[in-house]
Amino acid sequence: MASVKTYVRPMQGWWRRNPYFVRYMIREGSSVFLAIYAVILLVGLFRLTQGEAAWEAWRAALTNPISLIFHWLALATVGYHAYTWWKVAPKTAPDLRLGGKPLPEMVITGGGFLATLGASALIYVIVRWM
Amino acid sequence: MKRSHEPIFWSLFGAGGVLSALVAPILIFITGIIAPIGLWMPEEALAYSRVLGFAHHWIGKLLVLAVISLFLFHAVHRIYHGLHDIGVHAGTGAMVAAYGSAVLGTAIAAWLLFTVGF
Repeated sequence: MASVKTYVRPMQGWWRRNPYFVRYMIREGSSVFLAIYAVILLVGLFRLTQGEAAWEAWRAALTNPISLIFHWLALATVGYHAYTWWKVAPKTAPDLRLGGKPLPEMVITGGGFLATLGASALIYVIVRWM
Repeated sequence: MKRSHEPIFWSLFGAGGVLSALVAPILIFITGIIAPIGLWMPEEALAYSRVLGFAHHWIGKLLVLAVISLFLFHAVHRIYHGLHDIGVHAGTGAMVAAYGSAVLGTAIAAWLLFTVGF
């Protein structure tokens, strides 16, 4: 029997064919950076339990250029995740109504952006001055 | 019909998505960039005694646990579902590995927050 040669569309590098898919992959890829960052914090917590010398060694490791490059990439991708998260919030959030009318999408997304800005400012002030 | 576990993991994914959208960029910026290079953040901001005091307080413990745990649950959910996109046909093993590592990370964080003292 002759082998069947059905055409199978190659899927190799599918996401590079369309900018929409590239953005999708960056958004999903941000989770890899977020996971690594969570592990870095977990290691920091472990070093904290070991005493001052261990804690300072963890802090010193974070000054390594590889660490700094990682954190810049993490900031960029996770920042993009934050942007997309609030962008789709009008579609993913529960039906929010004000006076019987659904909240405009701009209010939900804008509120999310403001919440991130406010939380960021608050954390910065607390860490630096309180 | 067998009940799906998806609502639990989706809720944790969603909670981690909200929390990381709110605080992950500033936390990465502070702990990974400006504190290490000493720009706009004094050396003593993350001094041992100060961070230890934060980890001793129950509010600090709760915040650290929430950040580590929910970031992990959010990330593994996306990584697990993203395997298909990069041509990996994930089975039960991958699912257990993904969510299991988030559970493990949460347990380790909780244990460390307990052993760090009060």
